[in-house]
Amino acid sequence: MIRVVLPQHLRILARVDSELVLDITGPVTVDSVLDTLESQYPMLRGTIRDHVTRRRRPFIRFFACEQDLSREASDTPLPEAVVTGAEPLLIVGAMAGG
Amino acid sequence: MNSVRVLVGTRKGAFILTSDGKRKQWTVDGPHFGGWELYHLKGSPADPNRLYASQTSSWFGQVIQRSDDGGKTWNPPGTKPEDLMGSDGMPKGASNMFLYDASAETGRPLTTHQHYDGSQRPWEFKRVWHLEPSLTDPDTVYAGVEDAAIFKSTDGGTTWKELAGLRSAKGQLWQPGAGGMCLHTILINTGQPDRMFVAISAAGSFRSDDAGQTWRPTNKGLMSKYELPDPDADVGHCVHSIAMHPSHPNVLFMQKHWDVLRSDNGGESWQEISGNLPSDFGFPIAVHAHEPNTVYVVPIKSDSEHYPPDGKLRVYRSKVGGNEWEALTKGLPQQDCYVNILRDAMAVDQLDPCGIYFGTTGGQVYGSPDGGDSWTPIVRDLPAVLSVEVQTLP
Repeated sequence: MIRVVLPQHLRILARVDSELVLDITGPVTVDSVLDTLESQYPMLRGTIRDHVTRRRRPFIRFFACEQDLSREASDTPLPEAVVTGAEPLLIVGAMAGG
Repeated sequence: MNSVRVLVGTRKGAFILTSDGKRKQWTVDGPHFGGWELYHLKGSPADPNRLYASQTSSWFGQVIQRSDDGGKTWNPPGTKPEDLMGSDGMPKGASNMFLYDASAETGRPLTTHQHYDGSQRPWEFKRVWHLEPSLTDPDTVYAGVEDAAIFKSTDGGTTWKELAGLRSAKGQLWQPGAGGMCLHTILINTGQPDRMFVAISAAGSFRSDDAGQTWRPTNKGLMSKYELPDPDADVGHCVHSIAMHPSHPNVLFMQKHWDVLRSDNGGESWQEISGNLPSDFGFPIAVHAHEPNTVYVVPIKSDSEHYPPDGKLRVYRSKVGGNEWEALTKGLPQQDCYVNILRDAMAVDQLDPCGIYFGTTGGQVYGSPDGGDSWTPIVRDLPAVLSVEVQTLP
């Protein structure tokens, strides 16, 4: 059971009002979490990562366990606390504004 | 009695303004998609309940929204899981997937265009600037995108295919203007639907006579003395907007970066009609619904000062197809006004008398129920307005 927290705009787009709980089969990585997320919430396709290259959009960040995982390879196993559901994977819109 | 529905796209959401045919009392509905940039919304001429919207964000990219009930509810087309996964488990298309056609099937390579520094860059999708529904089929819609290209959907916006022949019209010479290299105008010839026009900043205007398969530049007569080294180059002109009256589809009116122009032969050649305008710089241009020679522009001081001359917001109207213009000021601020009106932010309704509407970067949407003689603000304090379209409903 993986917990995922979306930014507000994507929660509205996906029509969810709280953190999501996903069942992931196989290794728990950013790739596998996003594969499951996009299959269950297809309106999110293209909003977090590119359709074709599957690369993270430039202003999207992945945080977990007080770490920025955005620059890790997307097939890197996520921290054990995320795998067990003790901590959520945070999908974040990068800070901007003045 | 007829009614009107004004579709307003802003920097922070979409708003739908409705009124009866008198156009005195208005209902404001929104924001829809709050916080997102809504570059454009437009209704299908074949089904007024079918609306398309371009929703974009620097963070989350492009989303296409569709309403089948006149804007009450919206959904990204084809987002059910079964719509996206093929029988082999591989993903199918998606409503926000705009892939430039570089397929072996068509043999079209992913070409390059000029960048600001003179280097060549491959086309890269940024956003949808304009959605143009078919005149006859609610499920067919065209999208004008940045980097400049035109896409077509025949399944209600669920999947998109580039009409890649456009990039063959000297695309290697196109380059972005300050606002990006965007295809912002799509016109479909009412009497000859295979004939289409598009306009691109900063490339110019282009025409297709075979439903978008092949295109050629239609910029003869355009002069860009201070923007291009060759002022009458075949491509490279910064066309801001083009308008057409449905009953005279070979007559086109253009607001260019500088100059207002007219073509009487389907874009084969253009003549300047700026005449007595206080400035011939501006963005939108519109044609009266019932008078094909009555044209509207909103002069802006200059390309370096994007606000009205003298702080006076004036729409200019020509009733003779150009050159002779009159200022329309009744109800518009005539001092201390420094807003801009963007290229897709002016539109007309089909009622009699014809209604004219425009939105400003200051968040006002003004309407005139009498062809421009008098104006009132329908709403004053929206986010900066990007686009205005009007539907006339039975």
